[in-house]
Amino acid sequence: MALQSLDIAKRSATTTEPPQARKTPQVAKLIDVSQCIGCKACQVACMQWNDLRDEVGNCAGTYDNPRDLTDQSWTVMRYAEVETDRGLEWLIRKDGCMHCEDPGCLKACPSPGAIVKYSNGIVDFHQENCIGCGYCVTGCPFNVPRISKKDSKAYKCTLCSDRVAVGLEPACVKVCPTGCISFGSKEDMQERADERVAELKERGFTNAGLYDPAGVSGTHVMYVLHHADKPGLYSGLPADPAISPTVSLWKGITKPLAMAGIAAAALGGLFHYVMKGPNDVSKEIEAEVDKELEGEK
Amino acid sequence: MIRDPSDLQRYTASERANHWVVGICFILLGLSGLALFHPALFPLTYLFGGGTWTRILHPFIGVVMMLFFVVMFFRFQHLNRMTDTDWQWVRRAKEMVNGDDHNMPIQGKYNGGQKLLFWFLGLAMVVLFASGIVIWRAYFSAYFGIGTIRLAALLHAGFATLMIIAIIVHVYAAIWVRGTIRAMLYGTVTRAWAKQHHRAWYRQMTGK
Ligand code: SF4
Ligand code: SF4
Repeated sequence: MALQSLDIAKRSATTTEPPQARKTPQVAKLIDVSQCIGCKACQVACMQWNDLRDEVGNCAGTYDNPRDLTDQSWTVMRYAEVETDRGLEWLIRKDGCMHCEDPGCLKACPSPGAIVKYSNGIVDFHQENCIGCGYCVTGCPFNVPRISKKDSKAYKCTLCSDRVAVGLEPACVKVCPTGCISFGSKEDMQERADERVAELKERGFTNAGLYDPAGVSGTHVMYVLHHADKPGLYSGLPADPAISPTVSLWKGITKPLAMAGIAAAALGGLFHYVMKGPNDVSKEIEAEVDKELEGEK
Repeated sequence: MIRDPSDLQRYTASERANHWVVGICFILLGLSGLALFHPALFPLTYLFGGGTWTRILHPFIGVVMMLFFVVMFFRFQHLNRMTDTDWQWVRRAKEMVNGDDHNMPIQGKYNGGQKLLFWFLGLAMVVLFASGIVIWRAYFSAYFGIGTIRLAALLHAGFATLMIIAIIVHVYAAIWVRGTIRAMLYGTVTRAWAKQHHRAWYRQMTGK
């Protein structure tokens, strides 16, 4: 959704500065995993606010339903049963776009304006500019974007950019019955997380901590984890996410190098022609061949 | 049409047609690929009906190119085996580029540079085709892991760049060496052209 009321800090496939006169505070959503009861109210709210209806799937023996993110399910709860030193634990994580400060999806996208990062930090897909190449999937370190089978456009959580732009909190935050999801300025959320982490530590979760990974320069969706030392326990949350070096190469130095190489080849040809002249057949050989032909007659 | 019966036939009509199908595909692929490679060139997508159409068409054109390239490859591969003389030619290529071909070893139908280009293009087509399949999101990407897809995207961009540069050299060489382009347009070259640039082939064709 194109929004006039939010300024844009970064725009896909755009090499000049996007409009950014208005200064907005950095926002963040904080998901306190330790308070989540796995009720899926947030999933429902997301469907309702965004007018999404996924196909009815089937049960795979866990509460995961739907089983994965899709173009119709921008957030899903992932349930992991893990054995820790505290016994069996049920770790429930609300999965979805992390709204990276340095978004790999945006870096990879070839279509100008199909992905933007607003000045408040929200990363949004503008489907009207999306060409359906799936490069965002290739670029994302969290395996988030999904390409619709129907329209071939990429979809993911918008962090309710439309609601946030008019001063509302995201729909999932609004409905969460335990207060596990909160929304506000990134600073406030970090403070809130610190308090909660201290509380958890007091209660024996010595490895509790905030998940705001530095590899992507921090995220605008953060988790409070009771086992912050092992994010992988939470259905494979990456421990140290970053834009893959392959993607950085592909979208970084390769571009200017390739352009320079192609330009050099083309200009090299032109100047070679101008300076050395064409490679004509020599007069001697022409005369020789004429003589040979004479001889044949 | 034959205007000068003493001209030498370098390519048959079907070889020429084959080459032009590959050539046209290459131009379309180059333009559409560059459009999706560098933001500055994204406007090239308008040539193909917009970004989405460019994304849809590019891989299909690639498949057509691959099919015709394979045919061309097997038509010409036996003429492109590198020999000692070819390597000598390659070592002296700098003199040639500098405009002095007096010491160049005598060449058959193709010189060492042309042969190396041929093999490089073969390799590039294999890499581009394989990596292209991997990053063809609509049909195939789902069968590959994310690491493979990332590597394929990088290889595709890298080899495409090298291939574009190689083709620029290929086309320029044809322009620079006057009397060459007609071989691909109507199939013949003059005897003098053949004697000057491919003397061993000239001898083979004329018995002189
Ligand atoms: S999690 Fe993936 S889709 Fe979301 S902003 Fe980061 S890179 Fe983009
Ligand atoms: S699928 Fe759409 S949003 Fe994703 S990289 Fe391609 S153009 Fe950008």
